Amino acid sequence: MTQKKTEAWSSKIGVIMAVAGSAVGLGNFLRFPGLVADQETGGGAFLIAYFISLLVVGLPICWVEWTLGRFGGTQGFNSSPGIFHAIIRKPWGKYLGLLGFIIPVGVYFYYVVIESWCLGYAWQSFSGALDLGKDPAAYAAHFAQTTGIKADGTVLGFTAPFLFFIGVFILNFVIIYRGLSKGIEFICNWGMPLLIIIALVLLVRVLTLGTPDPTKPELSVWNGLGYMWNPHDIAKGLSNPAVWLKAASQIFFTLSVGFGVIITYASYLKKNDDVVLSGLTATAANEFCEVGLGGLITVPAAFAFLGASAVAGGTFALGFNVLPQVFASMPYGHLFGGLFFTLLFIAAITSSLSMLQPGIAFLEEGLGLDRRGSVALLGLVTAVGCTLVVWFSEGLMALSTVDFWIGDIGIFLQGTLLIYVFNFAFGTERGWTEAHHGADIRIPRVFKFVIRWVSPAFLTAIFAMFVLKNVAGWNFSLSTPLFTPTEHILDLVGGPGHPASGVAQLTAFFLLLFTLFSALLIQRAGKRWNAR
Amino acid sequence: MTTAGLLFMLISVGGVTALFVWCLYKVLTGTKPADHLAHIEPVEQADIEKR
Repeated sequence: MTQKKTEAWSSKIGVIMAVAGSAVGLGNFLRFPGLVADQETGGGAFLIAYFISLLVVGLPICWVEWTLGRFGGTQGFNSSPGIFHAIIRKPWGKYLGLLGFIIPVGVYFYYVVIESWCLGYAWQSFSGALDLGKDPAAYAAHFAQTTGIKADGTVLGFTAPFLFFIGVFILNFVIIYRGLSKGIEFICNWGMPLLIIIALVLLVRVLTLGTPDPTKPELSVWNGLGYMWNPHDIAKGLSNPAVWLKAASQIFFTLSVGFGVIITYASYLKKNDDVVLSGLTATAANEFCEVGLGGLITVPAAFAFLGASAVAGGTFALGFNVLPQVFASMPYGHLFGGLFFTLLFIAAITSSLSMLQPGIAFLEEGLGLDRRGSVALLGLVTAVGCTLVVWFSEGLMALSTVDFWIGDIGIFLQGTLLIYVFNFAFGTERGWTEAHHGADIRIPRVFKFVIRWVSPAFLTAIFAMFVLKNVAGWNFSLSTPLFTPTEHILDLVGGPGHPASGVAQLTAFFLLLFTLFSALLIQRAGKRWNAR
Repeated sequence: MTTAGLLFMLISVGGVTALFVWCLYKVLTGTKPADHLAHIEPVEQADIEKR
């Protein structure tokens, strides 16, 4: 069998930008500030738990994923199933990579929809159409119109939100069709610096807002920063399992570890390319954007104009309801609002592109398709998934179902799997040596112990806690534990006063079919790889 | 904002910014760690010319 010419990154900074672009997303600017500002589970305790999680879970798994990815690439594999096949060398090994295909593609189903909201909001901000006055209800109505949250099927048709969605969907596939270097790397090399410049402009604007309304001196940027960063009761916070779960989850999701993306990106490196410094730099870039920029922009601005009550509404509420009101209240608000939503769009598109590449890589090497064929097939699959999310928009039910089962549970599972495969199938010692091939810096030796023992134990505990909280509905009390099925479970099976949702069931059925279809493709790919 | 809040903010933001800048510096200058070169014996100018 002839080996096809594989793709490669054109520069070291290019792959770092691509991984950082994948990691920096909406969560950096909307979710993280909300978590820190949470008056019950945020503050200093959250930050301490957050940075500990970064050290014992985020960085170790990041290095593990970079190392396994580059190793798989040297064996001629670029997709998760292929890389696990190369590592484990057993017939079942390739199926462990199933999640590395399903997760990025599944998350793309809804992520590209949110991305199109960002572009739409950016356009409307620049044009002044998003200046809806001071009535919060007007912004809520606009958000409802954009997302179709009031009724199914209202977005489809010749509506602005649907046209933005179609445009963004096509744009992603045009870029991905151009390939790794000319497509993803090119966009990230320009997009990431632009994102940081826009964020710095917004940061200067927010920090110089002072007290926007002199009649309300308590509403100032300084107090907004205090609202977010004041530490509260640290000892009480650190003894609360919810704080640890939120911190570890945020680290996990923000770094895109366990997503199937880093392992694929790293597989395009050469044998002696560095992975240690590159992994650390991509992580540091993400943390800079999250803590250094995201942590200083959104919440202080919202607090200074609208007060504490406006901040406590969740990611979508902060981004698409509260912040448009904030921008409408400041001089040149349409310009700064447009810049903010452009920033969100750049953060989103560099992430959504990374979700397509693992799928492309698998279809190419597993089924022997060329670029055109793999892009066409993946386009078809994602078009079906996205249509489901766009059509069943009432209460964002389809979106939240995919997000929970694929974007939450799937990522936790894949991350846990990665660290166990690294330690017990690949071997910690061998992995440590492999990581340092061509490394520009050495990983401190303490991390060998962390990767071997602490990360798997910490991750397993956090995953168990996540399932107990979000599936079994644990109340986080050890003395009087209570388990009440959560909304995600009730949506599927129903319960007293909560009928099952047909949309949630249909979405779950679709995800099951998608999983089975992917498993069949992997089986077929396995035959091809064995023949190699 | 309290003093503790200010400290938390400065340490968090300063820490990640310093790490990011250090990483960028290392990437852009392409410095290899000393132990990669540790096995190479010191070379005198005369040896270089001889070679």
